[in-house]
Amino acid sequence: MLRRVLDWLESRTGVETAVKHFLYEDIPASAGWHQVLGSVALFAFMTQAFTGVLLAFNYAPTPGDAYNSLRYIVTELTAGRIIRGLHHWGASLMIIVVVLHMTQVFLWGAYKKPRETTWMVGVVLLLVTLAYGLTGYLLPWDNRAYWGTVVTTQIASQAPGAGPYLLRLLGSDGGSIGVVTFARFYAAHVLLLPPLTMLLVGIHLYLIRRHGVTPTPQDEGIPKKKFYPEQVFKDTVATFVWFAVLAVMAVAVQVPLGRIADPTDISFIPRPEWYFLFLFQLLKLFEGPLEIVGSVVLPTLAILTLFLVPFLDRGQVLRVRNRTGAIALVALGVIGWSGLTARAVATTPPSTESPNAGLAEIEPWQQIPPDQLAAIGYFRKDNCGNCHILDKSGPGPDLTKTPSHRPDDWLMQHFRQPAPNAPATQLSGAELKTLAAFVTKRDDKAVEAWISAPQAGVEGAMVYEANHCGMCHQLNGVGQKVGPPLNGLADHRARDWVEGHFADPQKFTPGSTMPPYKLSSHDLDRLTSYLLEIPK
Amino acid sequence: MDTQSTTRRSFYSAVIYGLGAIISAALALPAAVYLLFKPRSQKQAQWVDAADLGQLQIRKPEEVVFRRTRVDGWRVLNEKTTAWVVRMDEQHVVAYSPQCTHLGCAYHWDDRQKYFICPCHTSAFSIEGKVLAGPAPRPLDRYVTRVDSGKLLIGSQIERG
Repeated sequence: MLRRVLDWLESRTGVETAVKHFLYEDIPASAGWHQVLGSVALFAFMTQAFTGVLLAFNYAPTPGDAYNSLRYIVTELTAGRIIRGLHHWGASLMIIVVVLHMTQVFLWGAYKKPRETTWMVGVVLLLVTLAYGLTGYLLPWDNRAYWGTVVTTQIASQAPGAGPYLLRLLGSDGGSIGVVTFARFYAAHVLLLPPLTMLLVGIHLYLIRRHGVTPTPQDEGIPKKKFYPEQVFKDTVATFVWFAVLAVMAVAVQVPLGRIADPTDISFIPRPEWYFLFLFQLLKLFEGPLEIVGSVVLPTLAILTLFLVPFLDRGQVLRVRNRTGAIALVALGVIGWSGLTARAVATTPPSTESPNAGLAEIEPWQQIPPDQLAAIGYFRKDNCGNCHILDKSGPGPDLTKTPSHRPDDWLMQHFRQPAPNAPATQLSGAELKTLAAFVTKRDDKAVEAWISAPQAGVEGAMVYEANHCGMCHQLNGVGQKVGPPLNGLADHRARDWVEGHFADPQKFTPGSTMPPYKLSSHDLDRLTSYLLEIPK
Repeated sequence: MDTQSTTRRSFYSAVIYGLGAIISAALALPAAVYLLFKPRSQKQAQWVDAADLGQLQIRKPEEVVFRRTRVDGWRVLNEKTTAWVVRMDEQHVVAYSPQCTHLGCAYHWDDRQKYFICPCHTSAFSIEGKVLAGPAPRPLDRYVTRVDSGKLLIGSQIERG
């Protein structure tokens, strides 16, 4: 049956002949493990295309929404984290395999006549691969993406003569990164580069078939072998090893997601992806008017040299071990690249923002107003939970099921004398009122916080309430706006600053009308920690 | 071809197909899970204060407008919603979803005829939500409701009629 279907397909399309023609290609007897890298690179590209399309199914390509939809992918969607991991680490691993492929071809001298154009198309493919990295870097739209791209566009702006036009092309007129830049980078990443890659890969493969896999001098007079199955087996094993590394990384290594891009956050230290770090470091070697040497002249020269390699080396094809010049050049390249990269890693100060700041789960207690969180503290302080066991049945009603229906005066009475011989309350009248309001009006989020809020955070909110911070500041939607709102304080203030500011506001903010607060070290610690944990 | 080379060839193709299958499965499986599984929803059942019970007359439907938050993918929307609320007796209140169960048109209460009527295909529903006439396939859908200290609270789930 299958035979008949295949025969029908063969007679109508010739597909079987085509596949056989592809698989039973003659290759030199010397072909082997060193030539698997091109196949692995092609597979890497296909994996990127596959995971890229999957990401696009849940990704909204405009600033703001881009970040939120990516966050949705990695926090809300099952396996979303793995898909992003495959795409992110796949990009890095693709760069590695592409560079290794090029190094192998270079060492073996496989770019020599008649394969010059195969090499040159390959160099363009390398640039296209790097362009994916550059444009894809902006797409998460977190601080890392934003500030990294600011540096990129600044470098582009230094190109002599073409700088301003290049900037305009990148949608970054005047050097700022905005919606237009984002649209350009996205369109390049998903609309321009993929078809271009397919076209170039097609030409590259056509040229390889036209000239055949490069033989070595030892192949002279030895009969050729077939591509299938031995070489296909080696290609598959290499591809599998590459994929296994990728799969392990996608599952085990979390891809960072910082906070949403904030153009006013000038404290963020930008750094490019690891494979661009050496360029980043190169820039530091040239100062002042010479900077252009590092940012434009040297990279351009390097690309041109790479492109013209087949014309610079026109000697006889030699055995690899006799190509000492090529080996020395590769060694020099590896040393130079590693040195610059290591130096860049060592000299870049650590980021002020945790790389996974955007992935931190925001808990209910961080979202409810401070008076409610403080009320949870009053409930705990007066040991109300001894009778009112939360989320379980106990001597008193479970207050998490339904809000209390009792009128305020009943509640106040109850708080003062909960049971005939219960100890007297330790709370003030104002605190009791806050507690009464809480048990009658709490919403579902407050109930979750009631059960799960950490005691340190609760105590912070109690200090906040005791010092009436809400008279001037707004936090989680409650309080006056005389002073600045306090949500997201951690994004722009360090702990030392906040603690110092309580003791002497005018010293840190000249002209501030905030009075100094003499807090005990315990209270100061709790309040500061609390404020630094409330997100934007 | 000698047997040794045949064995080697079949080993090669077995490995090619085997590893190919593993790679394909390792890509297809997360992709299927990613596309087909429901988002881990962070929304909890939330109750919205929709009306004062005292202001509702018994067996007189009212179109009540209230705001609720709805999760749409990565967005949380705060939007205006309506419900047809009927106080059946002192204790019982129903809140009907404002869409006809036929094709989702907005119906209204006809106070003279005493039934809900849909303008699209003239489906009619009784005050209990039962289908009286027209193409509607099932009774009106209801919001889950709760009465709490004289307030009508409307929940986020809808029970199919």
